[in-house]
Amino acid sequence: MVHWSAEEKQLIASVWGKVSVEECGAEALARLLIVYPWTQRFFDNFGNLSSPTAIIGNPKVRAHGKKVLTSFGEAIKNLDNIKGTYSKLSELHCDKLHVDPENFRLLGDILVIVLAAHFGKDFTPACQFAWQKLVGVVAHALAHKYH
Amino acid sequence: MLTAEDKKLIQHIWGKLSGAEEEVGAEALWRMFHSYPPTKTYFPHFDLSQGSDQIRGHGQKVVAALGNAIKNLDNLSQALSELSNLHAYNLRVDPPRFSLQFLSQCLQVVLASRLGKEYSPEVHSAIDKFMSAVAAVLAEKYR
Repeated sequence: MVHWSAEEKQLIASVWGKVSVEECGAEALARLLIVYPWTQRFFDNFGNLSSPTAIIGNPKVRAHGKKVLTSFGEAIKNLDNIKGTYSKLSELHCDKLHVDPENFRLLGDILVIVLAAHFGKDFTPACQFAWQKLVGVVAHALAHKYH
Repeated sequence: MLTAEDKKLIQHIWGKLSGAEEEVGAEALWRMFHSYPPTKTYFPHFDLSQGSDQIRGHGQKVVAALGNAIKNLDNLSQALSELSNLHAYNLRVDPPRFSLQFLSQCLQVVLASRLGKEYSPEVHSAIDKFMSAVAAVLAEKYR
């Protein structure tokens, strides 16, 4: 089980409280598809992903980004049992979606950059530390049921 | 591969740092040490407390080297050749760490926090590619 200090929990919660899940989720997923274009392989049925503009404006990308970040919210509500929270999603990503877990790390790092862009100086080194830890734990939990 | 557009974006964004290079470098290093403690193992001889002269000095060096690379985007191998030797033969930073992913991530967090919306997906992509290219050159001589 992961140990979270009171400070880490507070930093995570305070940032999360100010996040627009829809906006940040859409942006993070769009950036994943733009910065690491090979990740588009998982989204063949999303329609037009031919340019950064197309990706950013793509409604399926936005909707899915929101879904993904909403799910992150579940982890934040259950910091003490992230593995349990993501158990089914882990199986899904392995058995049905066939996503290489490395991609979870990429998305996590991108989410941190999106938060930095939104919060500017308020995204302090201490904030970054707590969030890098969180995205790492989430990535690990999503990879946990792979076989 | 860095496209012509990538190169323009990188040079443009880097130009915006004018004057703040030392701060950016120091902050990126500090964030790296803070978020990824194993990176500190390469600096046992440093005072790693926040704001230390050594972190500032080293941050400045790193950013200056990146700045030089950015002036020579068409020939990164040559521009970074000395540093490549240094990292392979003297410093011997573990290559996976050396995929600079931690420094790249922290530098990008600093850039994003300073530039906000200007750190657009296109700029993000260009800088990420640039840092990968730098890491590849620095790792060239490892074996």
